[in-house]
Amino acid sequence: MSLLRVEHLSVTLRNRPVLRDVSFDVEEGECVGLIGPNGAGKSTLMRAALGLVAHEGQSSIAVMRDADRARAAAWMPQMREIAWPVTVDTLVMLGRIPHMAGGQKPGAEDHARVDAAIAATGLEAFRQRTATRLSGGEQARVLIARALAQDTPLIVADEPVAGLDPAHQISTMETFAKLARDGRSVIVSLHDLGLAARHCTRLIILSEGRIAADGAPADVLTLDSLRDVFGITAYFRDTDQGPVFQPLSVI
Amino acid sequence: MARPALWLSLLTVGLFVIALTLGPAQIGPFESLGALIVDDSSPLTMVMREIRLPRAILAVLVGASLGLSGAAMQGYLRNPLAEPGLIGVSGAAALGAVLAIQTGVAATVTLGLPLMALAGALIGVLLILALAGPRGSSLTLILAGIAISALSGALTSLVLNLSPNPFAASEIMFWMMGSLADRSMTHVWIALPFVLVGGGVLLSLGRGLDALTLGEDAASAMGIRLTRLRLVLVLGTACVIGATTAVAGAIGFVGLVVPHILRPLVGARPSRLLWASALGGAVMVLAADIAVRLILPERDLKLGVVTALVGAPLFLHLIYKTRSQLG
Amino acid sequence: MLRACAGPFVIAATVAVALPAMSQDMPERPERVVSVNLCTDQLAMMLAAEGQLISVSDVALDPQVSAMTEEAQKYRINYALAEDIYLMQPDLVIAGSYSAQATLDMLERLGIPVARFAPAYSLAEVRDRMAQMGDLLGQQEAADAMIADFDARLAALRAEVDERPTAALYYANGYTSGDKTLSGEILAAAGFENIAGTLGFPSFGRIPLEVLALAQPDALVTSRPYPGASRSEAILDHPVVEALREGRADASFSDKDWVCGTPYVLRAIESLRPLRNALTKEP
Repeated sequence: MSLLRVEHLSVTLRNRPVLRDVSFDVEEGECVGLIGPNGAGKSTLMRAALGLVAHEGQSSIAVMRDADRARAAAWMPQMREIAWPVTVDTLVMLGRIPHMAGGQKPGAEDHARVDAAIAATGLEAFRQRTATRLSGGEQARVLIARALAQDTPLIVADEPVAGLDPAHQISTMETFAKLARDGRSVIVSLHDLGLAARHCTRLIILSEGRIAADGAPADVLTLDSLRDVFGITAYFRDTDQGPVFQPLSVI
Repeated sequence: MARPALWLSLLTVGLFVIALTLGPAQIGPFESLGALIVDDSSPLTMVMREIRLPRAILAVLVGASLGLSGAAMQGYLRNPLAEPGLIGVSGAAALGAVLAIQTGVAATVTLGLPLMALAGALIGVLLILALAGPRGSSLTLILAGIAISALSGALTSLVLNLSPNPFAASEIMFWMMGSLADRSMTHVWIALPFVLVGGGVLLSLGRGLDALTLGEDAASAMGIRLTRLRLVLVLGTACVIGATTAVAGAIGFVGLVVPHILRPLVGARPSRLLWASALGGAVMVLAADIAVRLILPERDLKLGVVTALVGAPLFLHLIYKTRSQLG
Repeated sequence: MLRACAGPFVIAATVAVALPAMSQDMPERPERVVSVNLCTDQLAMMLAAEGQLISVSDVALDPQVSAMTEEAQKYRINYALAEDIYLMQPDLVIAGSYSAQATLDMLERLGIPVARFAPAYSLAEVRDRMAQMGDLLGQQEAADAMIADFDARLAALRAEVDERPTAALYYANGYTSGDKTLSGEILAAAGFENIAGTLGFPSFGRIPLEVLALAQPDALVTSRPYPGASRSEAILDHPVVEALREGRADASFSDKDWVCGTPYVLRAIESLRPLRNALTKEP
């Protein structure tokens, strides 16, 4: 079943076309890596698909009612904002807002989802800590846990691993990959092509507001596309320990 | 939630009773409370019901309004410096009230006074949100607040100076500093409906303000309709600040001090802070109004003087703490 | 202007000084006199010879506080500003002791003698002020006649009474005047017992509304509201004040006969008679 269907999506910001006629579908069980150089339109594509920015064309999630949309997709913006010194527990519980009526107290289901999200991100020891006093990487994990707690079929995350140490980069991507294996889907934008190649089931390369390539990592990360889109050469091999990708030099 | 709410409620009730028993006429507390409850058509009943009771009720209404709107604006702007008095909303409301009184609207139109003050507050809030919206820094917020305060203060002075009434010119202090002295039940009835409606809608914002902890984008993706939230916030704030400023003048710092003190006690959650700040505001204004009667009983010490003496140092402290952001 | 005419409270709220203080050598019989204060305006208009007084203050034209507005129209109006006054080349400026000090200092530096009049705080001081104005203008005879007339009319008004109903003076912002004020003496002369004295307000001060309400005076005398609206006067419409008026005698008077130490205070005493008669049923 299609969790997200994007058709002919175009976005113009301040008279500058940012996205041009982008179409793709996301099925259940996919971990889609959205890659592309700075300014290619990755964030805008994700925000437009979620209906957070004015656009032309269609997105199956953007047309939903607010409350339905909040149960269809969780969004983790690039800007990691935590305005108030709340505890990690409280912050992750914010992800349950779409499932609770105003003024309703969290129920057993809500607590279970929060527990699961905290376990998935390895934050058990931080539960009672104040979120704003954590390190940048820890905060990023808390916000990932928050998105997981929203318990939606689709998670859209804008550069969730930026600023994390290698171990947490890997475990975060593994979390997403596991969600995909369990039948949910993730769209994640990232700059680390190695992580994208290893953990994503599918990559979409965005270049100047258009989809330059869309498919399995091995099919998409070709020497041609790397040269044309990123302007780099790279080493890419399928090894016994999975795909290995290493950018080499700027062309 | 239960703990702070319980304590604050008890404190509010306690201070309310103390406020009722305090006054220049030296009457025993039991005698005065008795006269309040049983109408023996004595002058004491009159004093209790028409002077002390409205004063105490207004202290609760004004304090709750200031605390609640402070907490709501801070939650929306995600900035602990947002406070209706400091950012000029109260000043703009006072200008509306003064215009209503001096043009005669207050005397000729039913609810003309609170409605004009509400309109003033509305313009103040809209200006602040336009100038220092949610993406604005503390610096923009404070600068915009200074500008709006200064402009509304100057216009208020101008209107009062142009009045043919010799007393009007000296009333700028009341409008800038606020007072609950010699108010009557009439003023309670003027303010009450607006405070109930405005307070009700502000309290309904808890969920949205909680979500805004994660930023506008994340809140929006969680199903919070930001346009609606903004509209409710603006109208609710204008309602409570307009109505209370119309009857009590502009009282500063309550909306700053109360949420700041209570935030750690409610785990910093904006939704829980709304309720707590409403109660805390009532406590602070009741206490301040008791203080003005104890410190200088024979003078009309303005309420805003006491709240500013408490609040201004805290304000400076907050500016100091956020100075890296301000720079 | 507003400050100068803001009712008896401004004048009485401050402290008395023995006056008039002579700053420089006063001319024996000044020929070009300028008055810059409401009260001296009126005394000067009453006592000056034809052409001797050339200007009075703008406040003298305000019917709310001035008892001599028609008279004042015959004079050039000043706004108590040094420049304005200097250009009139006066040989004497008469001011109140609370007139703007900087203006008066400036005039003195320019060589114009300035006389300062303290407000009158009692009926006796009203007599003193008339005598002082007579001395200052070289019109002692006119002043003596005026004082004699004043004494006679006052004696007639001050018929001894057995029964003195209680009364309270209540002004904007909740102020009252005690016995040691001109307003208090007017009230006493009209045969009332001023409740402010019993409540511990000998002079001018704020009386808390609840103290007034519990005192339950027989009559409430308030000042008539000024044009335009103000919060300060709104207290006179407070439900408690309304209740005090209800079923009791009440009266409100404009400030013009009460505010200055001139013979018009007799008119204030007179105007209180009906109120007292209504309370005591005396003729």
